[in-house]
Amino acid sequence: MEFVAARDLDDALDVKADEPDAALLAGGTDLMVDVNLAHHRPASVVSIRRVRELAGVDEHRIGAGVTWEQLEGSPHRALAQAARTVGSPQIRSVGTIGGNIGTASPAGDGLPWIAAADASIVVASRKRGERVVPWNEFFVGVKETSLEPDEVIIAVQVPGDVPESQEFAKVGVRNAMVISTVSCVVMRGDDGYRIALGSVAPTPIRATQAEALLNSARDITEPLLDELADVVSREVRPITDHRSTEAYRRHASGVLARRLVERTRP
Amino acid sequence: MIVRITVNGDDRPFDVSGPDSLLSVLRRDLGLPGTKDACEQGECGSCTVELDGALVCSCLVMAVDADGCEVTTVEGLGDEDGLHPVQEAMLETGAVQCGFCTPGFVVAGAHLLDRNPHPTPLEVKEALAGNVCRCTGYGAITRAFELLAEPHPGDAQTGEES
Amino acid sequence: MTSTVVPRVRGGIGTSVRRPDGEPKVSGNFAYASDLTAPDMLWGATRRSPYARARLVRIDVGPARAIDGVHAVLTQADVPGKPLFGQEEQDQPVLCDGEARFWGEPVAIVAADDEETARLAAEAIIVEWEELDPLVDPEQAVADGSVYREMRVRRGDESVSGNVVVEGYYETATQDQAPLGPEAGLAIPDDAGGMDLYVTSQWIHIDHKQIVDCMAMEPDQIRCHPVGIGGAFGAREDISVHIHVAMLAAVTGRPVKMVYDRSESFVGHVKRHPSKGWYRHEADAEGNLVKVTARLILDGGSYAHTSRAVLANGAYFTVGPYRCDNIVVDAAVTRTNNPPAGAMRGFGAVQTCFGYEMQMDRLAAALDMDPLELRRRNALAPGDPMATSGQIIEGSLPTVAVIDALEAIPLPPEDVDDDPLLRPGGTGLTTSKADVVRGVGFAVGLKNLAFSEAFDDYTEARVVMTSAGVEVHTAAIEVGQGLVTVCQQIARTILGTERVAVIWDDTSRIGSAGSTSASRQTQMTGGAVHAASEALRTKILQTHDGDELRADGVYRSGGLIATVDEICADGPVEEHVRFRHPPTTTADENGQGDVHAGFVVAAHRAVVDVDPELGLVRVVQVDTAQDVGKALNPQAITGQLEGGIMMGTGFAVMEQLVIRNGVIVNPTFTDYLVPTFMDAPDVETRIIEEGDHWGPFGAKGIGESPTISSTPAIVAAIRNATGKDLTKVPVLPEHIIGD
Repeated sequence: MEFVAARDLDDALDVKADEPDAALLAGGTDLMVDVNLAHHRPASVVSIRRVRELAGVDEHRIGAGVTWEQLEGSPHRALAQAARTVGSPQIRSVGTIGGNIGTASPAGDGLPWIAAADASIVVASRKRGERVVPWNEFFVGVKETSLEPDEVIIAVQVPGDVPESQEFAKVGVRNAMVISTVSCVVMRGDDGYRIALGSVAPTPIRATQAEALLNSARDITEPLLDELADVVSREVRPITDHRSTEAYRRHASGVLARRLVERTRP
Repeated sequence: MIVRITVNGDDRPFDVSGPDSLLSVLRRDLGLPGTKDACEQGECGSCTVELDGALVCSCLVMAVDADGCEVTTVEGLGDEDGLHPVQEAMLETGAVQCGFCTPGFVVAGAHLLDRNPHPTPLEVKEALAGNVCRCTGYGAITRAFELLAEPHPGDAQTGEES
Repeated sequence: MTSTVVPRVRGGIGTSVRRPDGEPKVSGNFAYASDLTAPDMLWGATRRSPYARARLVRIDVGPARAIDGVHAVLTQADVPGKPLFGQEEQDQPVLCDGEARFWGEPVAIVAADDEETARLAAEAIIVEWEELDPLVDPEQAVADGSVYREMRVRRGDESVSGNVVVEGYYETATQDQAPLGPEAGLAIPDDAGGMDLYVTSQWIHIDHKQIVDCMAMEPDQIRCHPVGIGGAFGAREDISVHIHVAMLAAVTGRPVKMVYDRSESFVGHVKRHPSKGWYRHEADAEGNLVKVTARLILDGGSYAHTSRAVLANGAYFTVGPYRCDNIVVDAAVTRTNNPPAGAMRGFGAVQTCFGYEMQMDRLAAALDMDPLELRRRNALAPGDPMATSGQIIEGSLPTVAVIDALEAIPLPPEDVDDDPLLRPGGTGLTTSKADVVRGVGFAVGLKNLAFSEAFDDYTEARVVMTSAGVEVHTAAIEVGQGLVTVCQQIARTILGTERVAVIWDDTSRIGSAGSTSASRQTQMTGGAVHAASEALRTKILQTHDGDELRADGVYRSGGLIATVDEICADGPVEEHVRFRHPPTTTADENGQGDVHAGFVVAAHRAVVDVDPELGLVRVVQVDTAQDVGKALNPQAITGQLEGGIMMGTGFAVMEQLVIRNGVIVNPTFTDYLVPTFMDAPDVETRIIEEGDHWGPFGAKGIGESPTISSTPAIVAAIRNATGKDLTKVPVLPEHIIGD
């Protein structure tokens, strides 16, 4: 196995330019599960956890190498809430938001926040330089993204208008350390409500019909909230698997969206 | 690839050619089987170690990537004079049954107390939620940390604490 | 028959002494089977069936043998002795014999220089299969006559009926023991054609018999050693890697080690039988049970293991700790292509307790009676006939006392700590305070002690006085429960010295201790240690004409007359006993007979917070009152009660193997959820001490009780909170919302 411990982004991009198949290793919380359980034996690995360009957080940019433990202190309330539900403390100390994005599991705990924030994914490669990909063009299917093989995820670009009022919730059968069966982020800003959900479609999604319903209403009344829950339940596209059923996921999507709208109401 | 790490204060270089986990290397190559292997996917905490001060599942650390790191395992806690307070408290309250999860709890518990010497019961639960115990039901572990979280005679008294 | 010996040594019975293996366990120095190594050791790996049922068309081990570093590749044709193994009935091939009968069945084994090579070699074996239709529906299996055992229990008059009748149908899923320590073993060949085996086990002598048969060796050629076990809960009662490592070591002449990974562990041991139960309870207007009719199906999966004994428990515990004179029970345990089921903590009594306790709640509701009052009214007591077998209850059975003690425990306050993390959904922050409904539920559970139905159940122990202290020799397996401490405490109390060491002997050095299961070791090995210690004490006192034995020697009228060195002047003094519990009988054609050696009863009360709209549950508190006979080590008892309740909590609200057409779809700790610290309820325990008619100092075994009635108590609490008719465990969110 070839192994490079990249000191900076140049190192990492060089390796990916030469060997696009090289596995990126940050926190290892996904890659090593593949190594241990699926006996994945990558021919080449580039470790990016020391890459300083991936480390920083500021108002408009969250470095791909930022860990969940760091994000538990994020000023973005719903992101901090989501971060606290990722795995265990041992996972959060090393697992990164960049890994969550790259793996692109439908159940990725950080992804509904990215969708609600209308954030973009900043990627880079030797060949194409830096690209800023809107989240809904980045996530294209179950564990599928539009990342090119030679590219590295370097940051989440956060728009300036992310509302301060935001809430996250996640349903799982266990009270901690559980893969979500449904997760939801609601934000309320000047442009109205935004509702994003995870684990209910191949990618994180925005409940656009529900948002439209809510944002065209004059008042948020009980009947409207009931209708909102119905619309969300119809809008999501969940499946039945060993973790839950389609019907439950539809139901819980509506309940969570409604509850978070209530929590973010003025 | 020769990898240089410090384990429990000792230089412990090793040679590895694949994506082997730090857990495998500790147990197989470095003669430190105290760190346990129970799920290999970061879901049980039996393999918990400190890596450069961070609490990690050693099954999810690629051993080559630990080059230059300092690792503390269960074998590194306590000293000739006695057990680490977490070890002592777990014995006192009967928090050890089969003992397979115990090394992970000891390391995670010591890590918690380093950062938060007087955790509340809920803080203990959340901080140790990544360490699964199948025997005790966590009751005796809770009592161990209640003992540990009590202010100790040697603790500096802050004005508010009286 | 409680003894009056008063502990006058430190660390005797009734005290919460520290376990002797605690310090190595907290220090990481305790050797578990998966930690062992030997010079020149090879690693084993297993190739498994990818189908629940398939015909083995062709197997070509050539590509595996050709790999550098591979030393052996073995199939069923290479089994030197008996091709089949099994504890009760030898029906499972050591390796696939032409037809795979469950998903994950071992097909071939490999020994190689290292783990990775062994795994690659196992993958390189070419196997061609013809997939067959698996039998996975237990009811179909009953109809087809594909059963390991059917039971018919009839007592009293089938024609009577009660004024109040409730009927119910209940299901329990497949629970896995999920012990943290994986299946692991090391076989080390000796230079005389035999070998030493260090394998995770609950009963090395029953392993030994099966290994000897399959290896076609003489019993003294194979020595099975007790070894560190990372939990058991029934998972290690049956053979896992034992015969495989033995075969590989015999062929290669080198030590061979095998360790299952987590996914292999899920297919590599037997599970709790999934069940379906139909119950009809009839009572008179005052609430006295008049008749219970039940039909029970347990699915035993593809091989017999202990299914026959599990079914007996299921059938005999369809009524629970209640009197009833008219009984109609039909029960069957099926042979299917599902993963094999066998022993798990509670052993058949868990499945039925869920059924009969849900029924008792329904009956109380139909009678408009307090559910605990109904249970008290019908409570089984010493002198009563057991409802099913008709066996008269001997010894202690404080059914009413456990109910009373439980009821006296104060309920937790409604609202002590309003941290959102302590609501249903936990860290997921799903639930606001207004979304929470609290519920309270009760259940009482009955369990038999030790082995039943005329099984020759015995335990050997040897207690030796040496100048350095007392040695207790046993082959009983310490799985974490604290048997080692209890053995020390018993010997200390009787022999008057604190210096007691427990020595784990291999199968060549001592006879069987029986299984560490059926809640039996405190009574059985404890009983053997008690008997051997008493015999040793009597012998020493008689030899020296003394009247008291203390740490420093024999006393007469308060004066020391023989020191320990003098006692041992001609070498160590010892007594070796084989201890048996009161005999049991087989049943007649109606299931009637004195089939059980003793009984233990416990009651649980659960308090749950439920978010009914999302179907999420937080188990807030589970309290228990437990019949213990005599508390030998209160701290260890608390540990068993809390741990058992946690396992019952897991079964109530999350734990299940999802099996589709014979295939386990969640064989990982990501998807087989066991409760975390955040899921742990608070537990209040009350210990009821009424000495039993046998066992050391009147003590009973309590390892299984806490797992039996905790599950139905929690489900009753969820029913109480939601008004939903919950008839399956685990209760999942989709069940609560009525999906």
